[in-house]
Amino acid sequence: MNDMSNKWIGARTIRPDGADKVTGRAQYSADFAMPGMIWGKVLRSPHAHAVIKSIDTSKAEALPGVKAVVTAKDFVPFPVDKPVALGIQDMRWMARNILAHEKALFHGHPIAAVAAISEEVAAEACKLIAVDYEVLPHAIEIEDAIKPDAPILHDFLKHEGKPSNIAGTMVLKTGDVEKGFAEADVVVEHTFTSRPVHQGYIEPHACTVSYAADGRVTIWSSSQGQFMVRAMTSLLTGIPQSNIRAIPAEIGGGFGGKTIIYLEPVAVLLSKKSGRPVKMVMTRDEVMRATGPAPGSLMTVKIGAKKDGTLVAAKGEFYLQAGGLPGSPLRGPVGCSFAAYAIPNILSTGYDVVSNRSKVAAYRAPGAPHGAFATESVLDEIAHKLGLDPLEMRIKNSVKPGDKAIYGPVFGDVTFVETVDAIRKHPHYTAPLDRNPRPGVKRGRGVASGFWYNAGGESSVQVNITEDGNVVVTTGHPDVGGSRASIANVVAELLGIDHSRVSVIIGDTQTIGFSNLTGGSRVTFASAMVATASVEKVVGQLKDRAAKIWNIDAEAIKWEDGMALPAGDNAGKFPPLSLKELAAKANEMGGPIGTQVQLNTTGADPGFATHCVDVEVDVDLGIVRVLRYTAAQDVGRALHPSYVEGQIQGGVVQGIGWALSEEYLYDKNGRVDNAGFLDYRMPVCSDVPMIEALVIEIPNSKHPQGVRGVGEAPIVPPLAAIANAVNDALGVRFFDLPMSPPRVTARLDEAG
Amino acid sequence: MTEIRYLAPSTLDEAVKAFAAASGAASILAGGTDLLVQMRAGVRQPGTIIDIKKIADMTAIEDLGGGAFRIGAAVSGATLAEHPTFGKAWPGVLEAINLIGSKQVQGRASPGGNLCNASPAGDSVPAMVAAGAVVTIQGPNGRREVPVEAIPAGPGRTTLTPGEIVVSFTFPKRPKGSGDAYLRMIPRTEMDIAVVGLGVNLVMEGGVVKEARVGLGAVAPTVLLVEDAAKALIGSRLEDAALEKAAEACRAACKPINDKRGTIAYRTKVAGVLLKRVAAIAAQRAGGN
Amino acid sequence: MSKLHVTTTINGEPVEYLCDASASMLDILRGPLGLTGTKEGCGSGDCGACSITVDGRLVCACLMLAAEAEGKAIGTIEGMAEHGVLHPLQQKFLEMAALQCGICTPGVLMASKALLERNPDPTEEEVRFWLAGNLCRCTGYDKIVRAVMETAADMRETVR
Repeated sequence: MNDMSNKWIGARTIRPDGADKVTGRAQYSADFAMPGMIWGKVLRSPHAHAVIKSIDTSKAEALPGVKAVVTAKDFVPFPVDKPVALGIQDMRWMARNILAHEKALFHGHPIAAVAAISEEVAAEACKLIAVDYEVLPHAIEIEDAIKPDAPILHDFLKHEGKPSNIAGTMVLKTGDVEKGFAEADVVVEHTFTSRPVHQGYIEPHACTVSYAADGRVTIWSSSQGQFMVRAMTSLLTGIPQSNIRAIPAEIGGGFGGKTIIYLEPVAVLLSKKSGRPVKMVMTRDEVMRATGPAPGSLMTVKIGAKKDGTLVAAKGEFYLQAGGLPGSPLRGPVGCSFAAYAIPNILSTGYDVVSNRSKVAAYRAPGAPHGAFATESVLDEIAHKLGLDPLEMRIKNSVKPGDKAIYGPVFGDVTFVETVDAIRKHPHYTAPLDRNPRPGVKRGRGVASGFWYNAGGESSVQVNITEDGNVVVTTGHPDVGGSRASIANVVAELLGIDHSRVSVIIGDTQTIGFSNLTGGSRVTFASAMVATASVEKVVGQLKDRAAKIWNIDAEAIKWEDGMALPAGDNAGKFPPLSLKELAAKANEMGGPIGTQVQLNTTGADPGFATHCVDVEVDVDLGIVRVLRYTAAQDVGRALHPSYVEGQIQGGVVQGIGWALSEEYLYDKNGRVDNAGFLDYRMPVCSDVPMIEALVIEIPNSKHPQGVRGVGEAPIVPPLAAIANAVNDALGVRFFDLPMSPPRVTARLDEAG
Repeated sequence: MTEIRYLAPSTLDEAVKAFAAASGAASILAGGTDLLVQMRAGVRQPGTIIDIKKIADMTAIEDLGGGAFRIGAAVSGATLAEHPTFGKAWPGVLEAINLIGSKQVQGRASPGGNLCNASPAGDSVPAMVAAGAVVTIQGPNGRREVPVEAIPAGPGRTTLTPGEIVVSFTFPKRPKGSGDAYLRMIPRTEMDIAVVGLGVNLVMEGGVVKEARVGLGAVAPTVLLVEDAAKALIGSRLEDAALEKAAEACRAACKPINDKRGTIAYRTKVAGVLLKRVAAIAAQRAGGN
Repeated sequence: MSKLHVTTTINGEPVEYLCDASASMLDILRGPLGLTGTKEGCGSGDCGACSITVDGRLVCACLMLAAEAEGKAIGTIEGMAEHGVLHPLQQKFLEMAALQCGICTPGVLMASKALLERNPDPTEEEVRFWLAGNLCRCTGYDKIVRAVMETAADMRETVR
């Protein structure tokens, strides 16, 4: 099944959802409306940190046009001492993030919500809600939150026996790290910081919710998982899952940020109270203030090596910002930073730090880019010190199949060296670089690598043969960027029919079996695996039907080019039966043809990536621009190469923004000062060059098509690759992101 | 939720009358690229919006000959860019106006709006200050003309008196050997607000600067005309010493703040860097005339 | 509250609507007129998802009052494909996978069409700077820029 001569797998087909998306017909979350619909709006905290002493909603409720007001009291309570896990989330924190309970923990924290006949009336009503706050001192950055005298956000959080903003720790170790450093010829240690960055999806969070008179709820919203929407809404409202139908709208970008919810449970209770469908749409300002960015970080990484470049010891301390409530992705830096390298002695420690900013959410390879920024910068310096080619040094230290990963399992396939080699042999790496093209302008080149676990998990796929002999495939995963196209390729290939005869749709929670989130580079892996199993079952049914018609054994029938054929001469001589012919006879031969397969998929091997970048620095102004970028990654198998390349290109450009321009800026009162696209500064089209994606396809032997996973790994290397290139250009290493013009200028002045 | 009125008068007199009558509760709508954002953010809540784009004078571009132009205050950057001669005479002014926002924003944003929004970082203003453009204003007490640099009074404030509307900009004749240029420092390549913006307008003869004007933005509460920088350039052949002296004058003129877009130290340094770069472009254009 | 009555043309069809003076063109397109193909990403002119044309001029619908449409010709993404046939840009975007989530796509297409009407042979740099007002967070812009340039080449070929 994994043949490079495949007709559809690996073909650049037109996506099934394409025409609607280029004509404006595709319905995203804010595009939906219902008869009798009213508007919900959230009142948000004006303070970074405050005790909520009381909330008086009476004036708001009295305003003409207001239909309902809710506060945290209306929701199912989740006491702080009783963990309730839902996937990687803890409902104690989700409940408090969706509506503040005891305290407002960040500027923009939801306090109450109103539903009214128009957005204007709802906004007016929010102003009439009287909240008595006791404003407390705040801490924004990690450095401030971990000081001994820092304002404590949560009394119930203890670290080393004392109240602390450190909400949790994670430690991975192997060998004896101190012994390892003692054996090293060269040891490099640096401390790095990075600021939180937002996923930056262009579609703000939105939903339309109907709570019907019979208690049944319908939710239209975009997310990275309709089942997550249903489960969280159910837990927070107490409504059973069987009564909540979560319909996935088209999703306008997520990148991890839509793996949790903000509005849906609030809209459900507003709808229940008002008896009307309720629509809620965040403004960009709300998205920036109150939805989850990736954490900021404070990291110290120390690595020791022998003269020949053999790495002997590595130690990492990774403090990650959780935001106002616990839950930063520690397994990202702690587990991924050293995972690609066979280092005998490792101690990797992570600290989850709460502070007065919006609660973090997943963002593409959560936590891994941070760790790679530190680790890959230190490795670059070691290579320089030892006079080694940085790529050679990486190849020399690559983990091998059978090595035990620091995060637990034993490595199966390891394709790290192949990604390094792809860059080493690419013309980019050896192209001449004009280091000083004009006065005041310097250029440099940098490389870095990255690791991501990849993932499998639950997936459900239905394959139904239509009465006219075509195919409808239903999956349970929102399509964030081409997964329908990939599944259409797989199904067309396996059934041996033209791609245009396969339609792929995303089912809602009540029409398709449970399917886990779209995230972690898992969806194509999982859904292609389950679609394959589903198609195999359907092919079995088709053979059975042909067997009945021909009155021979089903084992004597093969399926080829969309037709049932006698497997050999012994089977008898019959003219082939096409899918269309079998579909036409379906009812008389036993009924409709189709199936649903549900699996908890396993076997997603890790993803490796190695990147090479050229930068140009305007020395007087401190501006860094990326001139050329090449990204190599082993994807296992590219079911649809265009969307695989697109994942790599998109991830790289997000990494460029993270490295050079994106950051949250706070005023002295702890309020976000740049809650919009204008001053948050994501890369625009003219900021970046073409991104060359080197798609390496070494099939994953544990997957029917060889898929490994794509989306996360591309954002892991860019921060370090760019920092290494800037160092190459200027001879000055940068330890703090973003490398924005004022920072670059100040660092150059400091370095003389 | 007070009711807002929308008026689109077809004559200037009507507009002035309505604007004066609203006594401060009205906003003039040209391109609206600042006004609508401010209304949405709740920063401005006008009782009346007066759309001036139906007034012919407001959107006219007149080539007065010899490089002189009169352009209506509400002309969009995109319209100005398509004019056959304006950009040849005033390339620096045109590039400054067309650095305001995206192509979409340039389809609406106007120099009049940019000036009256009174942001110290407005891109068109330093270039128009350097150009020596004159603003024609109409108000309840009639018409008056002032240099561009006389309009801004501070962030978000102008010297316009109640009921006064900016009607047009008049650009002087271009002697032989003229050239202007504008550059701004922004972190990205587009879509940012200037951290520092600087316009230079030169008249050169035989490689020697005869006349110079320097406009500097985003480093003080208002856009500045930096006369000391101009003095340093006049009479020079833009030698390093003269450029350094002019750069120093620009740095000395800076009274910036630390904010989300830049630090005091950074802005001050950049003002000097930009002076040298912009003067070089203006000189090249002057030589090409 | 008294509303303004506006008579305009949208995608070639005469349209009338009532609006508040403060309503943006985007509010009216997406709300009463049901033309939700024009997207709202920021409401402040920074993302370009609401790009439309007014008398052929590319603008952000969020930065224009609905009242200003009186007597104008408005173009939106819903009018880009004519008689059920995709515009060459729409077709090329599909063929070259120049969209992932697709939320920025209507705006990018409207902006790209406006570019090619003015400049049938843009350089990569011209495409990139023209599209600087259209944020895309998925694609890294690579395939968008290539699709616009390839469409331009095809359209030049067709004209010849």
